[in-house]
Amino acid sequence: MSLNRRTEALPIAIFLVLALAPVAASFGAETYLLGLFTRVMIYGIAALALDFLCGYGGLVSFGHAAFVGIGAYTAAIFGAHGVSEIAITLPVALIVSALFAYLTGTVCLRTKSVYFIMITLAFGQMIYFVAGSLSPYGGDDGLTLPLRSTLFGFPILENDRALYYAVLAFLLGSYLLLRAIVASRFGRVFRGSKENPTRMATIGFDVFRYQRVAYVIAGCIGGLAGFLLANATEFVSPSYMSWQRSGELIIMVLFGGIGTLHGAIVGAAAFLLLEDMLGGVTENWKLIFGPMLVLIVLFARGGLLGLASSIKERLSRG
Amino acid sequence: MAEPVLKIDNLRKNFGGLVVTDGVSLDIHAGELHAVIGPNGAGKTTLINQISGTLAPSDGRIYLNGADITTLPPDRRAHLGLARSFQITSVLPRFSALENVALAVQARSGSSYQFIGRADRESALNDAAMAALTEVSLDARADVLAAHLSHGEKRALELAIALAMQPKLLLLDEPMAGTGPEESERLIVVLQRLKGRFAMMLVEHDMNAVFALADRISVLTYGRILASGKPAEVRADPAVMTAYLGEELE
Amino acid sequence: MSFTLLIVQTLNGLQFGVLLFLIAAGLTLVFGVMDFINLAHGVQYMLGAYLAVMFYALTGNFLIALVAALGAALLFGLLLEFTVFRHLYDRDHLEQVIATFGIILFLNQGVKVVWGAAPLSLPIPEILSGTVVLSPGILYPVWRLMIIGSGLAVALILYLLVSRTRVGMLVRAGATHAPIVSALGVDIRRLFMIVFGFGTMLAAFAGVMIAPILSVEPGMGDSVLILAFVVIVIGGIGSMRGAFIAALLIGLVDTLGRSFAIDILRLVMPPSPARTVGPAIASMLIYVLMALVLYFRPAGLFPAKGR
Repeated sequence: MSLNRRTEALPIAIFLVLALAPVAASFGAETYLLGLFTRVMIYGIAALALDFLCGYGGLVSFGHAAFVGIGAYTAAIFGAHGVSEIAITLPVALIVSALFAYLTGTVCLRTKSVYFIMITLAFGQMIYFVAGSLSPYGGDDGLTLPLRSTLFGFPILENDRALYYAVLAFLLGSYLLLRAIVASRFGRVFRGSKENPTRMATIGFDVFRYQRVAYVIAGCIGGLAGFLLANATEFVSPSYMSWQRSGELIIMVLFGGIGTLHGAIVGAAAFLLLEDMLGGVTENWKLIFGPMLVLIVLFARGGLLGLASSIKERLSRG
Repeated sequence: MAEPVLKIDNLRKNFGGLVVTDGVSLDIHAGELHAVIGPNGAGKTTLINQISGTLAPSDGRIYLNGADITTLPPDRRAHLGLARSFQITSVLPRFSALENVALAVQARSGSSYQFIGRADRESALNDAAMAALTEVSLDARADVLAAHLSHGEKRALELAIALAMQPKLLLLDEPMAGTGPEESERLIVVLQRLKGRFAMMLVEHDMNAVFALADRISVLTYGRILASGKPAEVRADPAVMTAYLGEELE
Repeated sequence: MSFTLLIVQTLNGLQFGVLLFLIAAGLTLVFGVMDFINLAHGVQYMLGAYLAVMFYALTGNFLIALVAALGAALLFGLLLEFTVFRHLYDRDHLEQVIATFGIILFLNQGVKVVWGAAPLSLPIPEILSGTVVLSPGILYPVWRLMIIGSGLAVALILYLLVSRTRVGMLVRAGATHAPIVSALGVDIRRLFMIVFGFGTMLAAFAGVMIAPILSVEPGMGDSVLILAFVVIVIGGIGSMRGAFIAALLIGLVDTLGRSFAIDILRLVMPPSPARTVGPAIASMLIYVLMALVLYFRPAGLFPAKGR
C-alpha cells in the first residue's frame, strides 16, 4: 500500500465535489439533483463495503443487497411501530446486519470461489423472499416510513439538504474507516488471505475467522447504507434486496476499479447517473446497458478508473 | 535422551486403495537436520503435508515437543513452533518481500485483530522482518514485490518467512528445486548457518545439499522408511544403493 | 382431505424438482466442464417458453412449436457462445458474472420489447389437457405427469450419455481434470460448444414444458436460476447425480413447506401468528437446507473429485 500524493488527489476531489454539489444543485432542479446524489452516496457506502470484500479479500459476494435490505427494513419496521429514534434504530440495524453476516458468513466462508458467489446469492434471495412474506409490513408491496429518523427527538433529517450532508458524513466515515482497516494489522491478514490462504494458515493465521470478521464489518456498512436509503426514500420494499440490486452493487465496484475503495464511490455515481441518463433517453435503457456491461468486461479491464489511467498513460507516453 | 522435537509414530495415509504413507515412524531432535530422500512418488511431500497439517493422516500420531498435534489445523501448529516451505513456491505475490516476512512476525507478536494503525509502520514488525531477510541475504530486495523476485530469491524469501516465525521445527520441501547451481550453493551456505538453531526436516533431491547438511538421513520408498542413519551409514547401505541412490553416487 | 392434499403436493413437488433438474443439469455441466458461471442460463429457459408461444401462434401445433423452439433456442445459445461466452472462459468468475448479468438485462428487456410486458400463455395440447384419477377422489393433471415423466426420461438419457459415450467420458473427465483433458489433445473448444448447446436445449426444454402451466413473462428465469444454483451447490458442482437428487429434494421441500408450514405451525401456536410466520419460514426452508448441507459438506453432497 503505497499512498503518495497523486493517489490521494482523487479521493479528495471526489469528496470535495460531493460537498459542493448541493450548492451547484441549488441553481438547477434542486430537489431532484439532491435526491439523485443522496442515492449515489448511499449506494457508494454499500459499494465501498463490497469493494472491501471483493477487492481486498477476494470474496465476491453476490448477496450484498441483503444487508441494504436489512438496514432499510429495520428502520421501516421500527417506524411502523412509531419508533424513529436514531439512537435506537441505527444500532439495532447494525446489530441485525452483523448477526445475519455472522450466521451466513459461517456457512458461506467455508466454501470457495464460485460456491461462495452462489451461496451468498442464495442467502440474499432468502432474505428477499422473507421480506416479501412479511404481510404485516406490506409484503411484496413494501411499506412507507411515517417520518424520517430523529435524533433525541429532533427531526434532524427532515430537510433534504441536512439528509444529504448526514449521508455524506457517513460516506466519509465509512471510507476512512475501511481505509484504516485495509492498512491495519487486520487488513494485512485479510489481504494476505486473498493472495494465498494456505500460506497464511501455515504462518499461523486462522483465515476463516479473519474473513468472517471482515464479512461482518462489510455487512454492517451495508446495513448502514440501507438505513440511510430508507430515510432518503421514506419507503422500503423487497426490491431493495433483489438479486439484481446485488448484481448492480458488483457492477458499481467493477465500474470504479476493484480494490481501490474510492473507485466504488465513482462506480456508484457512474452507474446511477448512467441509469438516470439512459432512462431519460428510453424506457428500454437496459437494452443499451446490458451489452455495455459485456463490452466493458471484454475490453475495459480495471474499470473506469483503470481505463482513465491507461488512457492517461498512453497520452503521456505519446 | 531429551524428548524429540518431532516424533512421528506409525503414520499412515491412503487415498482410496493407494497407500502413500505406509507406517512411517521417525524422530527429529533439537538442533538436528534430518534429511528425507527418496525417488519421486515415494511420498515425501505427502509426509510433510501431514506434519504441517494441510493433509489429515489416515492413522498414526504426530507429536511436536511431546504434544499430540495430529488433528490440529495448520495455524495452530504454526503457533506451536512449526514452520514450512513449499515445494512449489508459496508466497504472497503482491506483497513486498518485507511485508511477506512482517506478516509472519505479526502472527506471533500480539493480536492481529487491530483495525486501526498502519501495520506497515510498526517498526517492531519491520525490524524483525528485516533481520530475517538479512539472514537469507535478501535485505537489499526488501521493497520488491514478491512476484518480481527471481525463483532463487523466492526460495530464500520462504526461508526468511520461516525464520521470522522463530520455529522449533522447520520443514523444508525441496528448497533447491528449480534453482541454478549458484543459487543452490548460496542456499546451502544459508542453511548451514541456520543449522543448530532449530530442528529441520529437509526433503531434497540435490544430493550435494543433503550430504553437506544432514546429520541424519532417512530413505523413503513406496511410503516406507527403507533405511535411516548417519549419512555415511546410509551411503554404505546396500539396500539403499540398489533401491535408490545407485548411479547418483557414481 | 389432508392425505389427498399430501399426495397432490408431493407430485407437485416432484414436478417442480424435475423442472429444476432440467435447468440445473445444463448449469452444472457447463460449470463442471468449463469452469464458467453462466447467469444467463435462466434467460435461456425463459426464451424457450417465449419461442414456444411464438411458434405455437404460427403453427397451432404444440409438437412443432416444441421442436422449433428447441432448435431456435439452440441456435441462439450457440450464437451467444460464439460472440460472447467463449471470450469469458479464461476470465475470472467476477467478470463472468458481470458479463452474463448484462446479457440477462438485455434479454429480459428484449422479450418485453418484442412480446410485451404482459404475461403470455401456451395452451396444453388437447389430448394431454385432462386429469387422471390417481385413486378415488384424487385427480391430477395429465400435463404435470407429462412433465415429471419427460424430466425423468431426460435424466435417464443424460445418465446414459454421460456414462456410456465418448463425449460423456470427456465431460466426466473435464469436470474433474479439465487441464488434463485439453492436454490430451481433445478439441476443447468443440467439446465446450457441444456441452453448452446441450445445456441450452435442456433449459429451453424446461421452459417449453412449463409454459402451459405458468405464465410466460419477462424475468421468469431469474428466480428459477437462483434455485438451480442452490441445487447444484447442494448436489456438488459438476455432479449430474448430485443435481438430480438435490433438485428433487429442493422441489419437494419447497412445495411441501409452502403448503403445510401454516398447518404445522398451528400445532404449536395460535392460528393468527401461524398465518404470519408460516409463509416466511416456508420461503426460508430450502436455504436453511442448503446452509445445513454446506455446513457439513462444503463441497456439496456429491463433490466432483479434484475440485
